[in-house]
Amino acid sequence: MTGAEIMVRSLKKEGVDTMFGYPGGVLLPLCDQLYDSGIRVILVRHEQGAAHAADGYARSSGRVGVCMATSGPGATNLVTGIATAYMDSIPVVAITGQVATHLIGSDAFQEVDITGITRPITKHNYLIKDVKDITRTVKEAFYIASSGRPGPVLIDLPVDVQRAEGKFEYPEKIEMRSYKPTYEGHPLQIERAWKTIKEAKRPLLLIGGGVIISGASEQLKIFVEKTGIPVVFTLMGLGSIPGDHPLALGMLGMHGTKYANYAVVESDLLIAVGCRFDDRITGKIETFAPSAKIIHIDIDPSSISKNIIVDIPIVGDAKNILSKLVENAEKLQIESWVKKIMDWKEKHPLTYEKNGLKPQYIIEKLSGILPDDAIICTEVGQNQMWTAQFYKFRKPRTLVTSGGLGTMGFGFPAAIGAQIANPDKIVVDIAGDGSIQMNIQELATAVYNKLPVKIIILNNYCLGMVRQWQQLFYKKRYAYTCLKNAEPDFVKLADAYGAKGYRVTTSEEFDKIIPEVLKEKEKPVLVDCRICEEENVFPMVPAGASLDQMLEGLA
Amino acid sequence: MAENNEREQGAHTIVIAVENKSGVLARIAGLFSARGYNIDSLCVSETEDPSISKMTLTVKGDERILEQIYKQLNKLIDVIKVSDLTEGDFIDRELALLKVKTLNAAARQDIMQIASIFRAKVVDIGKQSLTLEVAGKTSKVNAMIEMLKSYGIKEMIRTGKIAMARELNQKK
Repeated sequence: MTGAEIMVRSLKKEGVDTMFGYPGGVLLPLCDQLYDSGIRVILVRHEQGAAHAADGYARSSGRVGVCMATSGPGATNLVTGIATAYMDSIPVVAITGQVATHLIGSDAFQEVDITGITRPITKHNYLIKDVKDITRTVKEAFYIASSGRPGPVLIDLPVDVQRAEGKFEYPEKIEMRSYKPTYEGHPLQIERAWKTIKEAKRPLLLIGGGVIISGASEQLKIFVEKTGIPVVFTLMGLGSIPGDHPLALGMLGMHGTKYANYAVVESDLLIAVGCRFDDRITGKIETFAPSAKIIHIDIDPSSISKNIIVDIPIVGDAKNILSKLVENAEKLQIESWVKKIMDWKEKHPLTYEKNGLKPQYIIEKLSGILPDDAIICTEVGQNQMWTAQFYKFRKPRTLVTSGGLGTMGFGFPAAIGAQIANPDKIVVDIAGDGSIQMNIQELATAVYNKLPVKIIILNNYCLGMVRQWQQLFYKKRYAYTCLKNAEPDFVKLADAYGAKGYRVTTSEEFDKIIPEVLKEKEKPVLVDCRICEEENVFPMVPAGASLDQMLEGLA
Repeated sequence: MAENNEREQGAHTIVIAVENKSGVLARIAGLFSARGYNIDSLCVSETEDPSISKMTLTVKGDERILEQIYKQLNKLIDVIKVSDLTEGDFIDRELALLKVKTLNAAARQDIMQIASIFRAKVVDIGKQSLTLEVAGKTSKVNAMIEMLKSYGIKEMIRTGKIAMARELNQKK
């Protein structure tokens, strides 16, 4: 059998039933093999869409997302999507066609060194030069992508290897002497951690995406309820426990809630789980949680003491370690600390002026009416931060957002992936008028596949987040952020693609059309929300400032 | 000499066992450049097990940077083991080839004498030059180079350090 057939059979062995991709010259043998293989291949309209869709599929389902593209430009178009998945530890396997092995290095037509290009943005990558190596490589790729700290793996498959004859012998087990992730936390460290937690007067949990990846939400919730320790979340950690839980303080960091940031600043013990102390959450590193000891639970040893010096590191799987901590957990005597936080919460709620069509209103409204399992994808910018602030995520894997890389154009193709992985759930992409235009071509993909993704464009005719920075820090010189003069008619655009489009300019209009939008089951729906143009995201910690130096809304 | 007080300078000798596959060196070099770490010297070769290559690296940095370097190296899928030999006793050697100017007979005599003190070998001779091969600890190689500088070094190449932990390793 041919290498292409071996590849397809190997993918099936790994349980792949859906892929996102785009064909091309040197990918033809594989495409031909996939054509009647039973694996559903979603044809996107740009390879970047394939990578993001595979990513959205993985984030929303916990399974490995698979995408494919041809050599050269096809492969380079995947790069942004691969980097996005890498920064957020998402299991994606990307398969690229490559020119024939004898042509590699000759600057052949559509040749790029994609393993070289993706080396720093993949967890691992492979160039298969021999048909004999296909099965083992696929087995390893899926194992590496989904184990330990997950991440994208790329397999580059030359066209002659796809055509070469070989045998299909799929390895049952995997043995890699150089790759053995640590899952069990060290018992002594866990004991030390619990002792420290018990002695703390002002403990605080800091929850990152690792909790969601490891499926530790239940354990976390039990731990929180047993101990009574309040919780702040990174962007990636939202949804790990319900955002409307009384001890949940929302997101911390640059656009975090005041009470979350105050709690971090005043805490005497920070229990960080599955997060990596990104600069967007720490603010000025020297003044981050100045009086706190730090316990850091993470599966990736290199995350520990990278940005913040940690007092008690525990390397291992969040679910495993939280289960151990839950065993001993008991109610802590921290009433006055919790009361202090609740006072802040009452005194400094997230708020906005309710005049005109406000983006925050739209998000709050959606948060109120959508079911708990609705999946919310976002683009990047103000739309993303308003969503993080005002949507109460109640379940893990319901927020799909590019946290680390901050990729505009991610949300819509990711929503396509999420809708395919979750055909019965409502999938919404909260977009900006800038971001949505970065992968708008995927409307064709969504229409063709009858995907009822809801696109809510928070349209302020500009690149809002960058404009916000210009307004605050660049003397209101709005360089290249105004889109007003050439914005497309989004409703007509939706119509042109065969999707449904609406336009709303007031909250009443929004309220009125939203039931209709949610009812649509057959095709994508786009809602062009003409929001109040001047609205900004507050509170805001300016880059490099301490977390308690928050800017409030501007008039 | 920098190498005489290697430890005070924060220089570390790291040996990395890696899968002997193409692209591994690029992964390691890429890791250093992407994260802004400097490699002072690097030497790669096969080991007694042909499926494993070993790299000896000398790097500088404070404890935190080094800790990150080890962790990041360990994270690479093809890296089997990272050892910081600086933490214990180890043997290290380096080889250098030096082409030294010999303007007259006296200079030639002097150079040969210096070579013999350092147990270096004359491996090539020309009308106006001698080529020496010297092996030993980096500090010794440096000392000989220093001695020969005044005669004029036309060309020099060094392998970079290779190192191995001692059998009865004592933690320092």
